[in-house]
Amino acid sequence: MTAHDNAETAGHAPGKASLMVMIWIGLVVITGIEVLLAYNNVAPAIMLTVLVGLSIIKAGLIMAYFMHLKYERFVLVLWLVPAFMFCVMMICIFFFPDSLRLKDSAFH
Amino acid sequence: MHQVEHDVAVTSAWSGGTRPFAMGSKKLGMWLFIISDALTFSVLLLTYSYLRLANKDWPRPFPFSPSIVFSTGMTVVLLASSLTMVMAVAAAARGDRGTTVKWILATMVGGAAFIGLHLTEWMHLIAEGVRPFGNPWGSPVFGAVFFGVTGLHMTHVAIGVIYLGIVATGFGRSKFSAEDVEVSGLYWHFVDLVWMFVFPLVYLMSVQYK
Repeated sequence: MTAHDNAETAGHAPGKASLMVMIWIGLVVITGIEVLLAYNNVAPAIMLTVLVGLSIIKAGLIMAYFMHLKYERFVLVLWLVPAFMFCVMMICIFFFPDSLRLKDSAFH
Repeated sequence: MHQVEHDVAVTSAWSGGTRPFAMGSKKLGMWLFIISDALTFSVLLLTYSYLRLANKDWPRPFPFSPSIVFSTGMTVVLLASSLTMVMAVAAAARGDRGTTVKWILATMVGGAAFIGLHLTEWMHLIAEGVRPFGNPWGSPVFGAVFFGVTGLHMTHVAIGVIYLGIVATGFGRSKFSAEDVEVSGLYWHFVDLVWMFVFPLVYLMSVQYK
């Protein structure tokens, strides 16, 4: 391994501690909003959409800042995230129509 | 023409002899593990959602106290342990071994607190009559997916606490590098990230309104 490679792989400079604390506060605030939302009697589909949306924002913040994905080469994001999303979307496409069919079936 | 193609191939990041992602094999390996494990949890959570949608008598067994208070507390504790892990990785990058070990120990305490709170919450549900194949309120499959999803996550937290203990010991004795601390941090943040989906989907979607 060359000296250049060593410099490249020695760890990326993470964000400042104050930024990380701000991200943590943001994550706690979003968690509070989620709990408040759970006690508002809104339609399950709307609640599910909002809760999953907020969870994706939290996951994005954790990956970008805590896991340093923001500071890695963008090609890593392009390699990992679309492949994962493709698998999850394929599962959703096949799972949920069947789940809703069961809900409306004569068994209940 | 051939000469131009040859030059492009030699200077490409993918032509060998360099690291296309600018990271060591341990870190890249951990990212690959994380993606595969994320798919495992995705399938479990989608299975939970499938069953919840398909069963009209899905129970709502989580009262504000203790279930939602405990699970919210667990979320904050896990997020706090991620912050201490960020501090550990930063201290390791500076080469400050003593501070790194202290931050990792703080992270382990957070993980242990999470497990303690979660087991208390489990015991409350078990006392209420929830079993893997039955419960007093509705669809009997609830217990199976609830204990399956949260149990697998708790196993990950327990493995993470042990893993961090090994890394803290090794780094304190100068046997592990800063990259090893960063790789263990990736695992810990991933465990935190998974809980950000388990908490709303399992707990918040099934709160008791009474």
